[in-house]
Amino acid sequence: MTAHSPMTEGRAARIRRFAALVRKESYQIVRDPSSILIAFVLPLILLFLFGYGVSLDTTQTRIGLVIEEEAPLTRDLAAGFQASRYFTVTVGRDRREFEEDLVLGRVRGIVVIPKTFMADYAAGRHPALQVLVDGSDPNTANFVQNYAQATVANWERQRLSDGSGRPPAIAAEQRFWFNPELTSRNFLVPGSIAIVMTLVGTLLTSLVVAREWERGTMEAMMATPVSAAELLAGKLLPYFLLGLTSMTLCVLLAVFLFGVPFRGSVAALYALSATFLMPALGQGLLISAATKNQFLASQLALISAFLPAFLLSGFLFEINSMPTVIQWITLIVPARYLIPSLQTVFLAGDIWPMFTQAIAVMFLIGCVFFALAARSTRKRIA
Amino acid sequence: MSEQAPFVRIVDVVKRFGDAPPALDHVAGEILGGRITGLVGPDGAGKTTLIRLMTGLMAPEEGKVEVLGFDTVTNAADIQASIGYMPQRFGLYEDLSVQENLNLYADLRGLPLSERAATFNELLEFTDLKRFTERLAGKLSGGMKQKLGLACALLRKPRLLLLDEPGVGVDPISRRDLWKMVENLTAEGIGVVWSTAYLDEAEACDSVLLLNEGKLLFTGSPAELTSRVAGRVFKVSGISQGRRQALARYLEDENVVDGVIQGEAIRLVMKPDTVPPVLDEGSPAPSAAEATPRFEDAFIDMLGGGPGGRSKLAETQTAFSTESAKPVIEAHGLTKRFGDFTAADAITFDIPRGQIFGLLGPNGAGKSTTFKMLCGLLKPTAGEGRVAGFDLRRDAAEARNRLGYMAQKFSLYGDLSVAQNLSFFAGVYGLSGARKRERTQLMIEIFGFGRLLDMSAKDLPLGLKQRLALACAVLHEPEALFLDEPTSGVDPITRREFWTHINGLVEKGVTVLVTTHFMDEAEYCDRISLIYRGRSIALGSPDELKAQVASAALPDPTMEDAFIALVQGSEEKEAA
Repeated sequence: MTAHSPMTEGRAARIRRFAALVRKESYQIVRDPSSILIAFVLPLILLFLFGYGVSLDTTQTRIGLVIEEEAPLTRDLAAGFQASRYFTVTVGRDRREFEEDLVLGRVRGIVVIPKTFMADYAAGRHPALQVLVDGSDPNTANFVQNYAQATVANWERQRLSDGSGRPPAIAAEQRFWFNPELTSRNFLVPGSIAIVMTLVGTLLTSLVVAREWERGTMEAMMATPVSAAELLAGKLLPYFLLGLTSMTLCVLLAVFLFGVPFRGSVAALYALSATFLMPALGQGLLISAATKNQFLASQLALISAFLPAFLLSGFLFEINSMPTVIQWITLIVPARYLIPSLQTVFLAGDIWPMFTQAIAVMFLIGCVFFALAARSTRKRIA
Repeated sequence: MSEQAPFVRIVDVVKRFGDAPPALDHVAGEILGGRITGLVGPDGAGKTTLIRLMTGLMAPEEGKVEVLGFDTVTNAADIQASIGYMPQRFGLYEDLSVQENLNLYADLRGLPLSERAATFNELLEFTDLKRFTERLAGKLSGGMKQKLGLACALLRKPRLLLLDEPGVGVDPISRRDLWKMVENLTAEGIGVVWSTAYLDEAEACDSVLLLNEGKLLFTGSPAELTSRVAGRVFKVSGISQGRRQALARYLEDENVVDGVIQGEAIRLVMKPDTVPPVLDEGSPAPSAAEATPRFEDAFIDMLGGGPGGRSKLAETQTAFSTESAKPVIEAHGLTKRFGDFTAADAITFDIPRGQIFGLLGPNGAGKSTTFKMLCGLLKPTAGEGRVAGFDLRRDAAEARNRLGYMAQKFSLYGDLSVAQNLSFFAGVYGLSGARKRERTQLMIEIFGFGRLLDMSAKDLPLGLKQRLALACAVLHEPEALFLDEPTSGVDPITRREFWTHINGLVEKGVTVLVTTHFMDEAEYCDRISLIYRGRSIALGSPDELKAQVASAALPDPTMEDAFIALVQGSEEKEAA
C-alpha cells in the first residue's frame, strides 16, 4: 500500500479484518471433519499405537525350547524359561520339530539345551546353550539371544541362592535412572507428541492453505483489501492454538491414561511446544505457497516434515549411531531439538540450560521458514 | 455516457505463461461505467487472465491495465478497495453459512458496522436468500451459490464488478434472475464485466470484447457485430428429406458460411450477396426466409466460416442396418437414489436406431446420473436399461462393447501421448492386429493428429483434446455413442466440426445419446428429455417442446424459453 493512498485505513479496520479471518478459520476447523481427524483422531491413534501397540521391549516372544536330554537339572532350567515373562515357550525333543516354525515365523527363536549340558555343568564348565534365531529380523534375534542368556544367568544365580549351585564368575548389575522400569512407552509417548504437533503444524496447515487455492477462495480473498501478511497471520494463529490444544490432549492422555510420569513444569512444556510450532507452521506455509495443490502439499509435508520427525529426530533411532552425513541432516530437523527436551520434561524434570538451547535453535529454524514463506507468498496469482 | 472516463483501460496487454503461445496477445480495450461489458470467448481464450489482470492479482508482461484510474501493478491495493470480484467458483467458503460468508466479506471489505444491517437486508432481499441465512454455503444449489457470491462481491457497493463466468453450471432460470440483478446495478452507474463462453449471453451485453486464442477479435456493441451478417442469415424450412443430409449438402456449397440444425429447420449464414442454394428436392420445395442474425452467426463469420459438411469419419463408418424396429438404447423406470436423495426418478425413454436423443437440464438435475446408469457405470436402484438389446445388469460387458463413451471433461490419459492414447483405447475395445492399425491410422488422418502424435494429451489445446476424445470413443465403430457434455467450452468452429461428424455417423445408423446444457445444441436432437430435479418433465422433439409453450406473447420461443416455461409449469404442478 502506497503512503499517499486515499485508502490509508485505520488500525481498527485492520484488526477487524484479522479477527474476521481468524473467526472464519475457526469455524472451518470445527466444521471440517478432516481438521478434526488430523488434529484429534490421528494423534489419538498415534498415541495409542505408541502407548500400547509399539513397544521396544520384547515381552512374550514365542520360542521353541528343545530339551535333548530329560533330567531334573534341564527340567529346572526349562521351567526357568517357561516362567520368564519374556517368552512363550513350546517344549520339544528335537530342534527339527521347530525348524519349520522358525522359517514360517511361528516362533522367533529356538533354544536348545544340548545333551552336553549336564556333563558340562557337572564338570564345572560353563554350560553352553544353542540359540537359533531368524537373522532376517535382527532386532528380535538380538532380543531372543540376550534374554536367553539372561534367563540362564538368572537360573544359575537362583541355584546359588538355593545353595544348590556354585557362584558365578562376575555379575554386573545395571541400574537405570529416570526410567527404572525401562518401559519404552515412557519415552515413546513424549516423543510422539512432537510427531502430533508436526502433523497439525505442517500437514494440516499446508493442506488448508492449498485447499483455499484449489477452491478459488484464496483468489477471492486476495481481491479484497486484505494484505498478504494479514492472510498469513489469520491462518497461523488458529492452527497455532489448535496445535497446542492437540498437544495438551496428548499430554493429559499420556499422564493419566498411560501413567507416564511428568516431572517437569507445565511452563517448560508450553514454552518448548509453542516454539516448536513456529518451524512447523512456517514449513506448512512454505509448502502450500509453493504447491497450491492439496495432493502435492500432503506428500511434501509427509516427506519433508513427518518422516524426518519420525526417523531423524532420535525418536526411534539413536542419532549417534547414524552415518555422519545423516547426523548433519538431523541438525535442521526441528523435532530433534524438541523430542529430547520433551522426554526430559516428562521423565527428569526442568533442565533449563538444555531447554533454552533447544528453544533458541527451533526459533532460528522457524524464522528461516517464515522468511522463505513470506517471500513466496505475494498477493499475486502468477 | 460517452464523456465519462472509462472505468478500465487495457493498453496493448501481453501476458504469457511459460513457453505456450501468449494467453493474451496485444489486447486493448475500454470498459465503461453503467453498462454490462461482456468478455466473450471459448475456454482458453484469455477471459480469466484478463479479469485477473484487472484485479491486480496478475501483472502483464507488456502494456498496462488501468482500473478506476489506478495502475494494476503499482496501485493494486487501491483497486482492490473499490472493486467487487466473483471468481469462477464464486469464492465462497462452503463450511460457512450464508450469513457467515457475508460477515466475513463485510469485515474484509471494511463495511462500517453501522451500515451492516441495512446492507445485508438489502442484499438478501435482492438475491432472495433471506430464508437461507443459516444454511451452509456448500449446501446451496448452484444458482443460490452464485447469488451469494454476487452478494459478497457487492458488499460495500463496488464501482466496478468483475464476474468470471457467472453463468456456468447454473440453470437457465437462475441465469435470467442474475442477469436482471446485474442490469439493475448498472442503472446505479456500476460498471460490470461479465465473462462468458455462451454467445447468447454475449448478445445481451451492452458491449463486448470478443477474444479467441488470446487475440481480441472485436470490440463494440453486439448489435454492431451482428449487423455485419445482416441480411445473410436464413431459416430454411419445409425440408422433406433428412435435415441432417440436407445440412451436409448445404455446408458443401461454397456460398454457405455456416449452418446449423434448428429443430425441423436449418439455419444458414451465407456469403454477402448470395442466397441459399436450391437443393434438387421433391415438392414442396424448402423455403428460405431471412432470420434475425445472432452473435454466434457473426462470430463464425469472423472466424472465416465453419467447416464443410463432409465427415470423413462418417464416410468410413460401416453402416448399421436401420431395418430392425428395435430401439438401440432403452431406459425403463431408471431410478437412482443416494441415501434419501433421489438423483434420477423413474426415467423412461427409448431411442430408435439412427437417432440423436438429448438429455437437457441444468447441472445437478440428474442428466449425468441417468447417463452413467445407461452406460453401465452406475447401478440403478430400480428399473432397467438396455443397449443394443443387452441388459446392463446382466450383460454389462457385452453392452459396453457396443457403445462408445465420451465423458464430460477431458477423460483421456493426460500423460500419455496422442498415439499412446489411441493405441490404449483400441486395446481396451479389443481391437488388434491389422484392424487396430487400420482404425488408428484412420483416426490420425481424419482428425489431423499426424504431427501431434508424440505430444502429451494434456498439452493439447481444448479443441484438439475434444477431437482426440471423440476419436477414442469411435475407434471400435460402436453402435451407440454416449456423449456427456461433449462441446462444453469449446470454440464454435470445433463445435460445428463435431456436429458434422455426429450427424454423419447418425446417418450411418449410429445411435447417439447426448447430454448438454447448451440450449441451441438441443436443436440437433431428434428428441429431447428435459430433466429437472431428477425427473423427466417433458419429452418430445425440439419443435414439439417449443410449440408446447408458444403463446400470443411469445409466438416463436427459443429452446431456452421452452425450458424455462416447462420448468415453471412443472413447479406449479408440484405446488398445486
